Amino acid sequence: MVASVPLLATRNLTKDYPGVRALDGVDFDLRAGEVHALLGENGAGKSTLISMLSGAAAPSAGHIERDGQAVAFSSVHDARDRGVSAVFQEFSLIPQMTVEENMFLGAEHRRGIFLDRAEMRRETERILSELAFDLKPGRKVRDMSRAEQQMVEIAKAFRSELSVLILDEPTASLTSHEAEQLFRLADDLTTRGVGIIYITHRMEEIFRIGDRITVLRDGRYVDTVGIDEADEDRLVELMTGSGVGATFPAGAAAASGQEEILRLDGVSTHGGGARDVSLSIRRGEIIGLAGLVGSGKSEAMRAAFGALPISAGRVFYKGEEVTGRSPGDAIGNGFLYLPADRREEGLLMVRPVRENMSLASLGGERFRRGIFVDRAWERRVVAETSECLNLSPNRPEMTVDRLSGGNQQKVMLARSLICDIDLVILDEPTVGVDVGTRHAIYRFIVDLAEGGAAVVIVSSDLSEILNLADRAYVFHRGHIQAEFCGGDLTEENVLARFFGKESA
Amino acid sequence: MAGATVGSGSGGAADLLRRLFVRLGILPFLLVIAVIVFSLMSDNFLTGRNLMNVLRQSVYLTIVAVGQMLALLTGGFDLSVGTVLALASVVGALVMASVHAAMPDAVFVAIGLGFLAGVLAGTAVGVANAIGVAYFSVSPFMMSLGMASVGFGIALYLTGGVPVYGMPVEFGDVFGFGVILGVPTPVWVAGLLILFLWILLYRTPYGRYFYAVGGNAKAARLSGIDVRGTLFATYILCAALAATAGMLLTARLDTGEANIGASMPLESIAACVIAGVSLRGGIGRLENVVLGALFIGLVQNGMNLARIESYLQTVVLGALLILAVVADQVRLRYVASAKN
Repeated sequence: MVASVPLLATRNLTKDYPGVRALDGVDFDLRAGEVHALLGENGAGKSTLISMLSGAAAPSAGHIERDGQAVAFSSVHDARDRGVSAVFQEFSLIPQMTVEENMFLGAEHRRGIFLDRAEMRRETERILSELAFDLKPGRKVRDMSRAEQQMVEIAKAFRSELSVLILDEPTASLTSHEAEQLFRLADDLTTRGVGIIYITHRMEEIFRIGDRITVLRDGRYVDTVGIDEADEDRLVELMTGSGVGATFPAGAAAASGQEEILRLDGVSTHGGGARDVSLSIRRGEIIGLAGLVGSGKSEAMRAAFGALPISAGRVFYKGEEVTGRSPGDAIGNGFLYLPADRREEGLLMVRPVRENMSLASLGGERFRRGIFVDRAWERRVVAETSECLNLSPNRPEMTVDRLSGGNQQKVMLARSLICDIDLVILDEPTVGVDVGTRHAIYRFIVDLAEGGAAVVIVSSDLSEILNLADRAYVFHRGHIQAEFCGGDLTEENVLARFFGKESA
Repeated sequence: MAGATVGSGSGGAADLLRRLFVRLGILPFLLVIAVIVFSLMSDNFLTGRNLMNVLRQSVYLTIVAVGQMLALLTGGFDLSVGTVLALASVVGALVMASVHAAMPDAVFVAIGLGFLAGVLAGTAVGVANAIGVAYFSVSPFMMSLGMASVGFGIALYLTGGVPVYGMPVEFGDVFGFGVILGVPTPVWVAGLLILFLWILLYRTPYGRYFYAVGGNAKAARLSGIDVRGTLFATYILCAALAATAGMLLTARLDTGEANIGASMPLESIAACVIAGVSLRGGIGRLENVVLGALFIGLVQNGMNLARIESYLQTVVLGALLILAVVADQVRLRYVASAKN
């Protein structure tokens, strides 16, 4: 499968932004029929590299070669016309338009000045059937799941003859079933000679579909290794420049016998996200909620927190019924929920780190002097917390949108350190976070629990739950399928219940 | 224009200007240009007397603009501020005049009741806006546009389009033309209101909540902030401020008028945008908005001194607003490129 001339290569590719060299002299090549994974921590230069490969940005120095010829992509369209297409994390789809309209947006087939709708319909159907995507050309994109939208985005890449496909964290919001479908598609494409550049933070995916791996660090090329010579420790070492040690810290001992802090009795949410959920959480415990995306694990917790209306059932917090109370009430009583999507629901991107950290605490006594904010106290607490979480750059007055993803996550997590917290729910705490930060977050979770708080981890990343949780509930279609603790909390046991199977 | 010239250069001075622009926004550049241009055009411009004039004339816009800023901070805006001014003026004048007619000796009772009635009438428009925006999720644009028409109609209906006379002279003497310790009364009132707002915004948690709701309403809610309550307070405060400005202007004019304030929505939004308040919410400083309002007053005063026709002045104001928005976009682009 190895061709002599690479499909796509970069020579000494460099990109400067004012004050920063985002990419520094990177040599990279992609062969026909391979999946080439790009690996690096947040800010290592992966996004910069693919933005140039896909024509979204122009290099400051160096050049790109396509089939051995130097090329300069003038735009994303230009790159696409030359067979290089990228599917970014943020889709370029118009939600109000149909699959077909989106696929030909900006390159509509015409007859004279009129749209050639029949031709576009034929073409769409041909591409969809070739890819074996079960999508109707006339469906509106806004009515589709995220996985289906991604299929449209991929199908779009096939509008012209495709030879290089760039996938930027394609599985970030897919269920494992959908991800499996994507991997099969990737296999199929590579046998047809398409080269795939694959970006992900998830090691298992690289070992599942990767052929070669190129590691970037601080904008520089570090190394390219074949999948046979790579193992997880080696890759982490290449990415961070040093061994991180074990990814998961030693967990606290299970805290049985402690006081119950949260109980859900048959809770269902409006719209049926969570159905008849009953569970119980005690102080000092780390509880995992496992399940596919959309299995109701997140909805159940949002309902307990007061962020989602409850249609049936009762919620007890510290022995008192709190069904239907507001998030403000919950926080006032030491119960905090930190959402999965930090940009969308977690952070005030345009406001400084300090305000984001203290936001949930300002209602509390410690942050006030009379009706005024105790600003000296606020500054001190924020400085201490930033220090403790190793925030970088550690500048409390910098707006959050200027931080990397991992550091943004730290700012949000800091809220649970600043409030007086008895129970904190972390919804997908490590999505889009690099390995080094991930380790820091796990350490943080264990410390919280050791400090006597109860921590609930809602996660689609099973290894997280297996390694951190004392006890786990498995969700499927809104229901709790099973509860595991201690020695029963194993990958086989949990996975067996992921898809709703009854006990084996 | 400042944005364009600064953007093209790459030398040391241009680079410095560009960094200043990214940090401070367009207002300092506009202020410097305005002062230079107008002092060249008229010798009277840079005199203490004239600058005090500017301050006095800008008071009404300043008060309205700081209210408008609250609406912008939370990610909305208030197009009904002009109507609030008019309604406050008409209702305040009607009440004041009739109380004064009934009890000619109790002058300050008349003034007190009239002032209160005017402010309450104007604030009622804000309550309607607040209910629509906070509880029915009507877009602030539609809600305040609708209320602008409702309020204006009521003001005209109450007066039949005729100015309201018969207020006690003391009202104008104190609140319109009065001077305390060398500073006009309206300036004192504005100063106190701004001080109050400054403390609210930067020293209490509630101020932080305005920024939080505009910065990301969902995040604010999950952080335990009462988003509805904050929005509610926003539109009521904004209207109460505009209504106060309406009463002060009524004192200056000595009549209640349904036709004042028509230019207020545009001018107040312009003052905020020029001062760097983001139309997307969550960004903006009170001090800068006060400066922005004063800048608009300065430009109007300068154009008057330079004998520029009033119709043309409107053109200049509209152009300034657009320029400020364009400059904000250019600035965002610089910030974004510095980030990557």
